[in-house]
Amino acid sequence: MQGNVASAEGALAAGCRFFGGYPITPSTEVAERMASRMPKAGGVFVQMEDEIASIAAVIGASWTGKKAMTATSGPGFSLMMENLGFAVMTETPLVVVNIQRGGPSTGQPTMSAQGDMLQCRYGSHGDIGIVALAPNSVQEMHDLTVKAFNLAERLRCPAFLMADEHIGHMRERIDLPDTVEVVDRTQLEPGTLPFAAGPGLVPGFPTFGKGHRVHVTGLTHDERGYPATTDPEVHAALVERLVRKVEGARREIADYVVTNPDAEVVFVCYGAPSRAVAQLVADKPDEGIGVLRLRLVWPFPEHALAEFSNATAFIVPEQNLGQIASEVERHTDLPVVPVPKLGGELHTPAELARVYEGVRR
Amino acid sequence: MRREVRLSGFGGQGIMLAAVILGRAAVMYDGKYAVQTQVYGPEARGGASMAAVVIDDAPILYPKVTSPDLYVIMSQEGFEKYGSGARPDAMLLLDRGLVHSRPACRYLEVPATDDARSVLKKVIVANIVMLGALVTATGVVSREAIEKAVLDQVPKGTEDLNLRALRQGYALGEGAIHEAA
Amino acid sequence: MSFEDWLRADRLPHIWCSGCSNGTILNCTMAAVDMMDWDPDRTVVVSGIGCSSRAAGYVEADSLHTTHGRALAFATGVKLAEPSLNVVVFTGDGDLAAIGGNHFIHACRRNIDLTVVCMNNLIYGMTGGQGSPTTPLGALSTTTPYGAAEPAFDLAALAVAAGANYVARWTSYHVRELEKAVKAGLETPGLSFIEVRAGCPTNYGRKNRIREATDQLEQFRTRSMLKVKYDRLVAEGKPVPHDAIVVGEFVRRSNPAMGVAP
Repeated sequence: MQGNVASAEGALAAGCRFFGGYPITPSTEVAERMASRMPKAGGVFVQMEDEIASIAAVIGASWTGKKAMTATSGPGFSLMMENLGFAVMTETPLVVVNIQRGGPSTGQPTMSAQGDMLQCRYGSHGDIGIVALAPNSVQEMHDLTVKAFNLAERLRCPAFLMADEHIGHMRERIDLPDTVEVVDRTQLEPGTLPFAAGPGLVPGFPTFGKGHRVHVTGLTHDERGYPATTDPEVHAALVERLVRKVEGARREIADYVVTNPDAEVVFVCYGAPSRAVAQLVADKPDEGIGVLRLRLVWPFPEHALAEFSNATAFIVPEQNLGQIASEVERHTDLPVVPVPKLGGELHTPAELARVYEGVRR
Repeated sequence: MRREVRLSGFGGQGIMLAAVILGRAAVMYDGKYAVQTQVYGPEARGGASMAAVVIDDAPILYPKVTSPDLYVIMSQEGFEKYGSGARPDAMLLLDRGLVHSRPACRYLEVPATDDARSVLKKVIVANIVMLGALVTATGVVSREAIEKAVLDQVPKGTEDLNLRALRQGYALGEGAIHEAA
Repeated sequence: MSFEDWLRADRLPHIWCSGCSNGTILNCTMAAVDMMDWDPDRTVVVSGIGCSSRAAGYVEADSLHTTHGRALAFATGVKLAEPSLNVVVFTGDGDLAAIGGNHFIHACRRNIDLTVVCMNNLIYGMTGGQGSPTTPLGALSTTTPYGAAEPAFDLAALAVAAGANYVARWTSYHVRELEKAVKAGLETPGLSFIEVRAGCPTNYGRKNRIREATDQLEQFRTRSMLKVKYDRLVAEGKPVPHDAIVVGEFVRRSNPAMGVAP
C-alpha cells in the first residue's frame, strides 16, 4: 500500500468523517482515497476552491462534532497558516497531513523535503501550540495519522502529520489492524463556561447544535467565548493556556525510539532520513551507533536527549538546512552536526557513514 | 538477501505499474518484504520514468535503491540515465527495439515491445512482457506470485491478455544472456 | 418568540456607530429567522471579519466568527458536515467581495444551502473607511482620496451568474421588504444571497456628503428603483439614472443544491 493511501485509511480508522481538500502534488492520493472511501463510510468529502477554504471547511466541520482533516503540501500549507492560527485560538481539533516537497515557493513539486518543520510550529502569527508527528514508513503513515487524530481530540489543537514525499509515495508492506485505539474530545459539561480550562488546561467541547449556544471567535475572548480584545490579562492568560496545554503535555505525549543509549555519537532523526540511519546502524553493528528517532517532533521532547548519558555529539540528518538541528542545539551544550540534504533525494547510508566517521574522530 | 531492481523507460509505458506489480508479488504472494519508490516529473506521458523496487527476506531499512543488481530498461534515455552506470555484476534486461546501447554488465535482450505489437497485438503490455522475462531470467519473485499480482493490478477484462503477455515474457527470459563485454 | 429573543442580551449594547444600518439589518434578519420557527439550538450563525461580521456574536445561537473573507468556506464545512443545522452567514462588501471573492462565487456555484446576508456599505468601516470593491466610481474614501478609479462589483448580479438559487437586493430603508426577502431566502433550498445596501455615516457618509443617517435613508428611498421597473426601462431603451439602486428579487430558482437537510 502507498503511504498516502495508508494515511487516509488511518484517518478513517480514527473516525475521520469529513475531508476538505485541494489537489496538490505530492499529497493528492490522500484526497483521492478519501473521495472514494468517505461516502461509503458515511462521511463527507468536498474538494474546496483552494487550501484556505479547505482548512476553513475542516474547522467548520469540526465544530459540528465531526473529526475532520485535510491534506496538502508546501504551497497549500503556507496558504493555511492564518486559519490554522484560528484553529489554535478557537481550540478546534483537526488534522493536517503535509506531504512535504521541495520549497520555497513552487520549488520541487514531485521531490521530497522536510522544509516545513519550523513552519508547522511557528508559521501562524502569534504564539501557538500544536502537535507534529513524522512517520518513516507506510505503516506509520497509518498509525501516526490515527495518533494525530487522538492528540488533536485530546488537546483540542491542530495536529500535523509532517510526512515527506519519500514516505508518502512509497509502497511497502503494512498490517492494517482491525481496530485502533480512538480518543474522542471531551464534551462540555452543562453549566460550565465553554472556554474555561478543564483537565490538562483543555476546556470541554461545546459541539454546535447541542444547545450550548456558544460563540466561537478568533478574537481574544474570555471564558464565555466573548471578545475581550483590549484586556491585557485576558489575552495573556488565554494565549499562555493555549501554548501550555500542549507544551505541558510534552513528556506525556512524547513518542520516540532510542537505539544504543550508551552511544557516544548519536543520530537525532525523523521521517525518511531515519531509514538511512537505521541502515547505517545495521551495517555497523559493532559501532553501537546511538539513535534518537522522533515519531513526534513537536512539542520537541528535549528530555529525550538525556537518554544518551555518554553522548559526545549529536548528528541530525534532515531534508532541510538544519531546522530540527537548531532545536537540538537549543537543548544541549554538546556539538550538534546538521547533515542537510536538499534536492529531493534521500541521504544514503554511505553519506551518513562519512559524517559519522568524521564526528567519531 | 536484499535485491534492488531499477526499472526505467518513458512515461506511458507502465514502468510504475510494473514496479507496483513486482513489489506486490514479493510481499503478498512470496511472503517477502518490498519497498517500491519512484522518481517522476511533471509529465504524465513521455519524459523519463524511473521506478525502483527493493525486495528482501528481512524488513527493509533503507528504502531506496543505491546500487541496483537488476535493471529493466525500456528506453534509450532510461539506459543512458540509469543503465549505463550499472555495476559489472548486475543483470540488465533491455527492450531490444528501444534500447540501442549495450551495457558493461550481463544483459538480456528482450524484444518486449516488438512482440507485444506483433504477437500480442497490444503494445501496451510490453511492460508485462518485460516482467515475465525478468522473473524467468532472475527468479527475483516466483511465477505464481507475479501472475497473481498481475491479475490484482490490471484492469478488468484484460486479465487474459496480460497473462499471455507474461507467458510471452517467460519464453523470452529463456534467451541467451550476454556476458559483460 | 420575537426577534429580540434571538439576541444575546449580555452582549448588548453592540459596537456599531450611531446611524449605522447594521443593527436594522440584523433585526430584519432575525425577525425573518423567527418567522421560520427555527430552534435556536439547531441554528448556527457564521461571519467573517468587519463591522458586519460582529453580528454573529449578538445572536443567541451557536455562532462562528471566523477569519477575514472566509465565512462562506467555514459555513460550507458546518453545513456539509451537519446538514440538519440551519446556517445563516453575515458578511460585508470587503469581506465577501474582496478577500472572500473566490469563496463567494464557489459557494454560489455549489449552491450550498446557506442564507447569506451581505451588509454592503460601500466601504471598509472597521479599519477606518478605505475603498472596497463596491465603492462607486468617483466616491471618496481614505484610500481613494481623489475619487474611486476602479469600477465596482454588482454583488447581486455576481451571485446570479455564479449560480445562487435566490438573490435579492434591498436597502436598510426597506425593512419590510428586506425581512420578506430574508425569509424567502431561508425558505429556498440552496444558496440564498441577500445584498443589503447599508449606510455608514461615520466613514462613507462623512466623506461623501451623507453625514446624517436620515440623509442616507432619504437617499435609499429616492434612488431605489424596483428591478421590474429597471428591466422595463432597459428593454424600452430608456435612460436609467446612473446612481439608481436596483432593488427587488433578482432570481428565484430551484437548481440542484448541496447540504440541504434530508
